[in-house]
Amino acid sequence: MAVASQIVTSLLQGNQRAVAKAITHVEDGTSEAEKITALLYPHTGKAQVIGITGSGGVGKSTLIEKLVRELRRGGKTVGVIAVDPTSPFSGGAFLGDRIRMQDLSTDEGVFIRSMATRNNPGGLARATMDTVRILDASGKDIILIETVGAGQSEVDIIKIAPTVVVVLAPGFGDAIQTIKAGIMEIGDIFVINKADRESADKAVINIRAMLQLGTQRGKWIPPIVKTTATTGAGVSELLEKIGEHREYLSKGEASQRQRRIVREELEEAIKRKTAEHILTALQKEGELDNLISKLLSKEIDPMSAAEEALNRILTRSKRR
Amino acid sequence: MTEKKIRILVAKPGLDSHDRGAKVVARALRDAGMEVIYTGLRQTPEQIVETVLQEDVDVLGLSILSGAHMTHFPKIMNLMKQKDLKDVLVFAGGIIPEEDIEPLQKLGIREIFGPGTPTETVIDFVKKNVQKSR
Ligand SMILES: Nc1nc2c(ncn2[C@@H]2O[C@H](COP(=O)(O)OP(=O)(O)OP(=O)(O)O)[C@@H](O)[C@H]2O)c(=O)[nH]1
Ligand SMILES: [Mg+2]
Repeated sequence: MAVASQIVTSLLQGNQRAVAKAITHVEDGTSEAEKITALLYPHTGKAQVIGITGSGGVGKSTLIEKLVRELRRGGKTVGVIAVDPTSPFSGGAFLGDRIRMQDLSTDEGVFIRSMATRNNPGGLARATMDTVRILDASGKDIILIETVGAGQSEVDIIKIAPTVVVVLAPGFGDAIQTIKAGIMEIGDIFVINKADRESADKAVINIRAMLQLGTQRGKWIPPIVKTTATTGAGVSELLEKIGEHREYLSKGEASQRQRRIVREELEEAIKRKTAEHILTALQKEGELDNLISKLLSKEIDPMSAAEEALNRILTRSKRR
Repeated sequence: MTEKKIRILVAKPGLDSHDRGAKVVARALRDAGMEVIYTGLRQTPEQIVETVLQEDVDVLGLSILSGAHMTHFPKIMNLMKQKDLKDVLVFAGGIIPEEDIEPLQKLGIREIFGPGTPTETVIDFVKKNVQKSR
């Protein structure tokens, strides 16, 4: 208990080192991780969480840097989580989002953490949600999350962020593919970045047409904002729209979304706990190896094997 | 569910105008299974140390070509001490004259790699020493 409570006590006071250590614990899934999360849970729920997603190279990191500056001018403290993919071959990762944000690194009101997906699908790391909580509990007013830049099925951000900003750039990827990828459905706000480029207006028209084709969620009509992240043009307008979206959510949808987010998490936690429980039990009894052999010899299929395993453990706990 | 990864910051202090060498090392470390945080050119000592702290890295690799290592490195190592980041394994690479090596090691920079050091050497060094310093 000692390590976890020490870390939590000092992170609640805003100690940056404790924040950093806590994030490492949840990332590595150490024995302290669950205690840390449990201890700080009651202190969370204050921060505004904003997801920034979009294909590789559209300017997410550069835009975040400008957003943070603008937020700091308004006196807000900010946490940034920048996720990059883990290489499936080596297990390593090149985390380069900070390159665009380094001028913020010495600002005490800003905490930036780079994070590898560690092969978690969906564009985020498994520890991203817990990291949001840590930053939230440490007192950050706003938390910005940059998803990995692949832009295909990286839509898990809606499970974490009540406001999702989809960043596009003129000439980036063809429209049809974007729709297929489902990324158009998750955007609360659309940004056409690199508006200094010629075809930006055309991109706005395209996106607007595409949004009209799509199904609308609720009464909110996703606005489209043009930005030039390198100069900061359009960034204050984007912040206004983010504010409006928050306002809109607070009029009703917020609690619904929050419920969905919490439910999503609970389901995830139950899956993890039960899977861990069953696997450890099977392993202890050597039953796991048994089932593997049966699978290899085609005596049984994976689903039936899982069923058998589950039944075995359920009957045993009933007997107890 | 424990999954410990070596996290390493590759940083370039000083006014070097390119970072090819540092990037080559960074990519090699990634290919060796590490999580490499890369921050680009012209980092101040304050930025570097603050990044070490926020990213909670196990290792800091400094790269410098400009010859300003004797001004930047001591500043960085002092700040590390002030912030109580003594557990971090620090190494350096770049053009560093023989006579500067000992004073730099005294500051706590564990190893200094000259230009053309094979990336395997750096990887081996990190893997061998990172556990010891944790
Ligand atoms: N011309 C122009 N270039 C921009 C703009 N915004 C970003 N860039 C450039 O686009 C490149 C990629 O920017 P990043 O901010 O790293 O993009 P990203 O979406 O974070 O990239 P990943 O994290 O790799 O997915 C950089 O060279 C930026 O300088 C813009 O508004 N106009
Ligand atoms: Mg980026």
